Amino acid sequence: MDVAGLLRDFPELTLTGLEQGAIYALVALGYTLVYGVLKLINFAHSEVFMIGSFAALWTWQGLGFVYDAEAAPLGSFLLAVLVGVIAAAGASALTAVTIERVAYRPLRKRNAPPLAFLITAIGASFVLAEGIGVYTHRAPYGMPRLLQPEVVFQLGGWKFTNTQLIVITVTLLAMVALDQFVSRSRLGRGIRAVAQDPDTSALMGVNKDRVIFLVFLIGGLMAGVAALLWNILPIGVAKFNMGFLIGLKAFAAAVLGGIGNLRGALLGGLLLGVAENYAVGLFGTDWKDFVGFVLLVVLLMFRPTGLLGESLGRARA
Amino acid sequence: MLLEIENMTVAYGRIEALHGISLTVGEGEIVSLIGANGAGKTTTMRAISGIRPLAGGSIRFEGEDISKLRADRRVVQGIAQSPEGRGCFPGMTVVENLEMGAYTRRDKAGITADMNRVYGLFPRLAERKKQVAGTMSGGEQQMLAVGRALMARPKLLLLDEPSMGLAPMLIQQIFDIIVEINQQGVTVLLVEQNAQQALSRSHRAYVLETGRIVKSGTGQELLNDSSIKDAYLGVA
Ligand SMILES: Nc1ncnc2c1ncn2[C@@H]1O[C@H](COP(=O)(O)OP(=O)(O)O)[C@@H](O)[C@H]1O
Ligand SMILES: [Mg+2]
Repeated sequence: MDVAGLLRDFPELTLTGLEQGAIYALVALGYTLVYGVLKLINFAHSEVFMIGSFAALWTWQGLGFVYDAEAAPLGSFLLAVLVGVIAAAGASALTAVTIERVAYRPLRKRNAPPLAFLITAIGASFVLAEGIGVYTHRAPYGMPRLLQPEVVFQLGGWKFTNTQLIVITVTLLAMVALDQFVSRSRLGRGIRAVAQDPDTSALMGVNKDRVIFLVFLIGGLMAGVAALLWNILPIGVAKFNMGFLIGLKAFAAAVLGGIGNLRGALLGGLLLGVAENYAVGLFGTDWKDFVGFVLLVVLLMFRPTGLLGESLGRARA
Repeated sequence: MLLEIENMTVAYGRIEALHGISLTVGEGEIVSLIGANGAGKTTTMRAISGIRPLAGGSIRFEGEDISKLRADRRVVQGIAQSPEGRGCFPGMTVVENLEMGAYTRRDKAGITADMNRVYGLFPRLAERKKQVAGTMSGGEQQMLAVGRALMARPKLLLLDEPSMGLAPMLIQQIFDIIVEINQQGVTVLLVEQNAQQALSRSHRAYVLETGRIVKSGTGQELLNDSSIKDAYLGVA
């Protein structure tokens, strides 16, 4: 155990953790929203993220963007981001909505038991991952280096990089926007109402199918944004099974924060990201994925409903 | 007739809860549906609102067959319900609950006017606009549920046991308010176990027993009916 190393690298580990955690949080939103409304763990959500990544990659390739970030002027960087985010968010949202339409809605109309939904979710996840796997020959694809990470400002020992600032800012903005939408808009109230009491919502004139469509759409958009941000990180590689680990972690983050709770997703994501990176400092990189799930299990022993523990319906979002 | 139910059958799985009931509600009326626990009153209300499918028979509203219409469309057509028990959204404030009642409407000015009308009927709610419904008393939540149904500006208001769990003084009050709402032009179908109160304020009433309508008549007729007295009014 390398306590000195953790202390030495504490600022960097924290910031990297927040950066990665922010992305977990964005993906976690999709799990939490769908769970809040349908009480369903949409395991195929990890593939929604993966497809967003490939959509951005293929769009960039199609448009002939170069891999060299250093030479690229700001204008072409912004254009690449804009194109990338439209492609990723669009493809992810479309995937999410299609999964709902093709896999879950028919089950809902037949009043299928929860187990049928569960196995369908797992099945949809496999179909999408394997489909892309076959199509891409299961190879990893390096993402265009849109941005060279560099320190943009320093506060004592805390060095903030451009990617960290972008990822964290975008995530917080997306969170605030969603929070406002859910708590203030008419459709947002509809989402909360269905999450809380579907029958009474129907008595109010809420169209449940539309609300369900909406949460898949929002979850997909957020996963697409997350996919793009993930690609901006130095890790950026697209692979057919990339969704698995991130999806699992995002799901863990959602449970950690209290599944069904939007703010819980943010809290859980950030916490998980930071904890993982402290584990890297303490025990080495190999322990990164181990620690996240130990954290989850231990926390659930003490707070079975997660940190914030309320449902989407009850949350004064 | 505003509402015509013909030979309606509703089942939960293989168990039939309503065995072909027929009833009508005319425009401007207060019609009560009384019956013991488990008779099928709530099932009837849920079927009218469309959150329970029909196994047979039909529901007509303003002459149109709505038996297959989606629940949310029925609200647009003019049917609102205050459901049995605490049907409020507990995590939402009083204002948000009322706004949920107006979910299908877009006329901002009308919604504001109706909200004030609800506050007029239930001054208690006006004092608690920002309070989260889940923290209010049972009586207050009941008022909120009734007020929320009014926010849809319905032609037909379905009230499923609005007096349940209320203190005797509040029971009087809520029945007075139901009459007042009716006098403002809203047709009311009222489900009650409190038969005495319901019958004395209703134009007409039906008695439901284990999924069948066994009697109907004007409120006064049923109040004076000896078998009704024995079974539901609990008086000698
Ligand atoms: N969700 C349900 N599943 C199965 N049976 C039900 C359900 N709801 C009601 N029932 C049955 O239907 C019958 C009528 O119930 P209900 O309409 O709630 O009666 P009431 O409102 O008059 O008390 C009862 O026998 C009840 O047990
Ligand atoms: Mg009942």
